[in-house]
Amino acid sequence: MSGILPDPVLSVRNLHIGVGKRNELLHDVSFDILPGETYGLVGESGSGKSITGLSVMGLLKRPLEVTGGSIVFQGQNVLKLGSRARRRLRGDRMAMVFQEPMTALNPLATVGRQIAEMFVVHRGMGWSDARRKAVEALESVRVPSPEERARSYPHQLSGGMRQRVMVAIALACRPDLLIADEPTTALDVTVQAGVLELIAELCTAEGTAVLLVSHDLGVIASMCRRVGVMDRGRLVEEQDTRALFENPLHPYTRGLLAARPRLGSRTLAGRSRLTELDKVVTSEERGRDAPTLTTPRGLRLEATA
Amino acid sequence: MRLRFNFAFGLALALLVVVAALCAGWIAPYDPIFDADLMNSEMPPSWEHWLGTDAQGRDVFSRVLYGARVSLTVGLVSQLINSFIGTALGVSAGYFGGWWDDLVNGLTNVMLAIPSLVFALAIMAVLGPGLPSLLIALGLTNWSWTCRIARSSTLSLKNQGFVLAARSAGFGDTSIMRTQILPNILGPVLVIATLGIGGAVLAEAALSFLGVGIRPPQPSWGNMLTDARDLIRTAPWASVFPGLAIFITVLGFNLLGDGLRDMLDPHMRTRKI
Amino acid sequence: MSPPLLEIRDLNVHFPLARQWLFGPKRTLRAVQGVNLTLNEGECLSIVGESGCGKSTTALTVMGLQEPASGEILFQGKPLTGPRAPTRKDRARIAQMVFQDPYASLNPRQTIGRMLSSQLSLHGIARGSEAADRVADMLTRVGLTPDHAERYPHEFSGGQRQRIGIARALMLAPKILVLDEPVSALDVSIQAQIINLLMDLQETLGLSYIMISHDLSVVEHVSDRVAVMYFGRVVEEGDWHSIFSRPTHPYTRRLIGSVPDPDAILTGARGLPNAAPVPGTARFSPDISLRPDPDEEPEPSELIRIGRSHRVRLAQ
Repeated sequence: MSGILPDPVLSVRNLHIGVGKRNELLHDVSFDILPGETYGLVGESGSGKSITGLSVMGLLKRPLEVTGGSIVFQGQNVLKLGSRARRRLRGDRMAMVFQEPMTALNPLATVGRQIAEMFVVHRGMGWSDARRKAVEALESVRVPSPEERARSYPHQLSGGMRQRVMVAIALACRPDLLIADEPTTALDVTVQAGVLELIAELCTAEGTAVLLVSHDLGVIASMCRRVGVMDRGRLVEEQDTRALFENPLHPYTRGLLAARPRLGSRTLAGRSRLTELDKVVTSEERGRDAPTLTTPRGLRLEATA
Repeated sequence: MRLRFNFAFGLALALLVVVAALCAGWIAPYDPIFDADLMNSEMPPSWEHWLGTDAQGRDVFSRVLYGARVSLTVGLVSQLINSFIGTALGVSAGYFGGWWDDLVNGLTNVMLAIPSLVFALAIMAVLGPGLPSLLIALGLTNWSWTCRIARSSTLSLKNQGFVLAARSAGFGDTSIMRTQILPNILGPVLVIATLGIGGAVLAEAALSFLGVGIRPPQPSWGNMLTDARDLIRTAPWASVFPGLAIFITVLGFNLLGDGLRDMLDPHMRTRKI
Repeated sequence: MSPPLLEIRDLNVHFPLARQWLFGPKRTLRAVQGVNLTLNEGECLSIVGESGCGKSTTALTVMGLQEPASGEILFQGKPLTGPRAPTRKDRARIAQMVFQDPYASLNPRQTIGRMLSSQLSLHGIARGSEAADRVADMLTRVGLTPDHAERYPHEFSGGQRQRIGIARALMLAPKILVLDEPVSALDVSIQAQIINLLMDLQETLGLSYIMISHDLSVVEHVSDRVAVMYFGRVVEEGDWHSIFSRPTHPYTRRLIGSVPDPDAILTGARGLPNAAPVPGTARFSPDISLRPDPDEEPEPSELIRIGRSHRVRLAQ
């Protein structure tokens, strides 16, 4: 019986990633993303959040490899697909925005060409049609004077503009899933706000689901309705964002929330020390499931399937 | 593990040449200059003369061994001089910038524009043949790549926190270049020097072949080839074996240099997370 | 009245830009334009702004690592720049710097002990076992252990490296620490430790801080006074409370308003505090709806006092 919830666009089940079977970096991670939903993965460096995103895209670099579990995208396990089928999926049905737009863009091609390429490769368009579409795409990410900008090279654009171009490339073929890995970490805070807004707006309009990977709880809170917290290669907690902030279940999440100074929290009484993470969560508690996790992750969806 | 194999193979070849040069006095069955036996000239390889004899009846094997001394001395010493000049110029140019940088840059470009062998030939013409002038000629003409690498590495290092911190702590410029910058660029400099040894060995051979390098009775792989030039049909061994020695040396040091480069390459190192 | 600990007077820093064409006019980038700032004893002054606003250049100039085009920097009334500036060595006892990137700021080929003790011997403070004792003492102070002196930087985590960077800056017992984005390269959980360490050290050693940061929540948490820079100029300056409870310059407001603050987002209360009142006819300078050209002379403007210790830049 099919419930109220639609089938997830991405369903990651018991994913393990490691260097061979011995050195495991990601242990048994499961989560679902519904169509049109923005799902956040938050964690610190080395928590495994980025390799999770890369594994979904099939962009893990050797010697890292998926050592177990499944990644079901639109009903098919992409881990079972051949490299050609996987490549056809990338950029078309699923796309990615990286942290550093300068290294993710080709410095020797105009941005117009780089966007047009998506239409040529995935839609079989001719170059002149593709170029026209590229200008439209630049317009949609609100790059001023798109005609002119299409002829620019990446180094001629500011960081914010480059990241908008990356978004335009990623969303060119209207993918069903966008993976954004720290999309605004390299940007200034006022520019960040604009890029996040843009991603939210375009994805809502097209019904694109987003997997947002970030270390910044503020960015996650402003973008996602549901969020998974990763630590030491495990998904330690998953909750609705609001619930996560109001009632964090895992001690690590509590520590993470406490460690960050909040804007407007300082009183005139003077400076106070921040709460250090290791005062809240012991090393033994980290990287384990929350003892009080009330809603087992993934269960909600499986029950209705 | 192709990489490790190449490195090990290069190391083995280089060591072979070094051992040959160091132990030439013990290994060589004959004196390379005075054991000339005109009765036995142009003899093919045999039990008595493993690699045959040349036109003067001297043992090719002994001469190749003693030639290794010349080649290695030339290779190592000239590269030492090159590395020293290149590093000193490159680091100071990168560190100080300004007119000194422009000057060094200009000089480097001039050096790169003149074929170094032609330049060395000119120096040899002025200084006259012989080992010391050969060392000077080859030591002065091949520092441009070292200089470039040293300069560009220094440029990227000099704005890193630890160099700025050393300046803030009051350390002098010479001290900073010596303790902060130099240790961090020795890797690439060493690689270039190792790769350059092969080139220097070839250059020595070329200059000696042209008659401006090592003077004749003294054996060097280059002048052995010159001497054997006319015997190429009648006694090919007299030219094949010195040629082979050059080949082994150049190959050995090049593989060694490549291996070093790969090992020192930060991308090849696993970074601690 | 005794002069403030550090005073920056009308500082200008220019960088040469490449000519637009071969025989085009010489162009300069005015990275810092007429900056006036004072740092009092025991205070933490934060300079905030976005990349390219000139905050790091200002810090480097204070450190003597960048030559000013004009203006002066005074330490206890004595010049740190110009012809009467102290030598590099003398200056080292006045101010030291903590760098942003804990990976690039330590020499990979030097042990921690050697890095720290070489400063002591250079300045003739201590040698041999006495220097080793001081190094051990300093390492303990920043939360490491004496045996860490034997190790090389790559053996440490990012947080530990930043502790080492702090130890290095404190070896010569300077009066001022310039903190250039001291925690922005670190994980959230490590940030809290380093911020706490910096606050503790400031109290126990009586240090004064100049902190360069783009992270407003950290700035609010630790600063006494805040200066907001925008395209080379200070556009608003004041005690931390004035800046965060009454952000007045449009740029300051945009900066604070852009911080993705989870509390505000989730409670839906996303309002900024009210701006302080400014004289009726005044216009803010620069106009942030236009992008100022930093290689052009700016329009005349002035920092006008709008509160007890709160100034904002208005057009003249």
